[in-house]
Order: sequence, then structure tokens, then C-alpha cells
Amino acid sequence: MGAPVNPAYRRYHPKWHRDRMPIFWWLRQLSYARFIARELTSVVVAYAAVLLLVELRAISLGPEAFDRFTAWLRSPIPTVLHVFALAALIWHALTWLHLAPRALVVRLGGRRLPDAAVLLGHYAAWIAASALLLWAVLSA
Amino acid sequence: MKPHRSREPGLWLLFSAGGTLTALLLPMLVFVLWVAPSLGWMEPLTHAAVAPLARHVLVRLLLFVLVTLSLYHWAHRFRYTLYDGLQLYHLNRLIAVLTYGTATALTAVGAFIVWG
Repeated sequence: MGAPVNPAYRRYHPKWHRDRMPIFWWLRQLSYARFIARELTSVVVAYAAVLLLVELRAISLGPEAFDRFTAWLRSPIPTVLHVFALAALIWHALTWLHLAPRALVVRLGGRRLPDAAVLLGHYAAWIAASALLLWAVLSA
Repeated sequence: MKPHRSREPGLWLLFSAGGTLTALLLPMLVFVLWVAPSLGWMEPLTHAAVAPLARHVLVRLLLFVLVTLSLYHWAHRFRYTLYDGLQLYHLNRLIAVLTYGTATALTAVGAFIVWG
């Protein structure tokens, strides 16, 4: 007998009852589908990370490799893909920033900072970071 | 018996740091690098312009941290999407190994590309 696959499993423990759920349970209600859509934005986050690495690799390989990469970027399928990716990432940013006041309790002078202030701070950081990036790329 | 220390808080910290950093940086980065030039709203970057920027040590550090945290953010979130969404409770261990394993492997590739 090997180690149990599930560490929470105890031998001879009676099984708990669990209702069988269809795989697509989250299509039953709009709020469930929105939840799964929000979680799936993480796939786009990983895609962007990988594409950043591809671009960095192309840059270090030299001008020809970089030109091939930019030519690929401008072809129709990647263009459409990246417009959808951008929409997904904006959705990720909005949902993430709106969760921040629930996750982050900031105390100032013994009082809890109101949610709106925490949210506003995050929006300010988002705008500042975006402006900085835009400036860095435009002035390159 | 050794007390069982959960890895969960550390993984959650990577997930949440990744969530914040990607929310702040990725929308504009994707727009300015991959969307605006393709749609003709911006001049595409030339190699001569972008190469010195990509070699700067602060840019490298920022991109490496961004890529790494993005990958662990994905790993953690995607793991629980499969777990809850597809109800794959019996594959919990396998899914965790695959998601965090992929993130770790890609981070190694990233280290090679950024610092190699």
C-alpha cells in the first residue's frame, strides 16, 4: 500500500455525502459564469507572460528576429487575439482592484480606512503605472 | 509526528502579489506593445529603440518579477478553477503538480532569457 493520494482521507472514515454536479454547473446562472470568466482571465495573464519572454528573446537575437516577431504581431489572427487579450486583462484589472478593499485592511490613526479610499488608492496606482509605462515606451 | 505546515499561505501570497502587479501593468503593456502598433494607432517599435531599453537592469528586473508572478498567479487561479469548475477533486494532487510545475519551469526559462 502506497501513501494515500488524498492526505485528508482517513481509512474507514465513512464517505461524506456529496451531490453530483454537472460539469457545466457554472452556466446555470450569470453570476456563476462571470465568476468562471474572471478566474479564466489568469490564462490570459500567463499568455502575456510567455509572449513577453518571446519578445525579449527576439530582441536579444537581433534586428531580423525582432522584425519577424513584429511582422507576426501585425498579421490578422494575432491582432484580433490581442484585442481580446487586452479586454480580458482590463476585466482582470477591474475585478482585482475592486476586491482590494475587501482583502486589505488599512489602519490609520487607529481607524480603518474606508473601502472607497483603498479603492481610490489602487486606481491612482493603476493610472500612475500605466502612464509611466506609456511614457517609457513612447520615449524609447 | 511532525506538525503539518501548509504551503497554502506562500502560494496565496504569490497569487495575490501577481494579481496586483499584473492588474497594474499588463493592460497598458499589452496595449502599447501588441495592440496599438498592430491597429496602426502607434508607430511600431524598432529594434534600435527597444534593445537598449530591454538591456537596462531595472527593466530586466521588473520584467522578470512581472513574468514570474504572472505565472504563479495563473498557476494558483487556474488550479482552483479546474478544482471547483470541473469538480476534479480526486485529481487535486496531479493538478497542483502540473500547474505549479509549469509555472516553475517557465520561470526557469524566463531566468535564462532575461539574465542569460
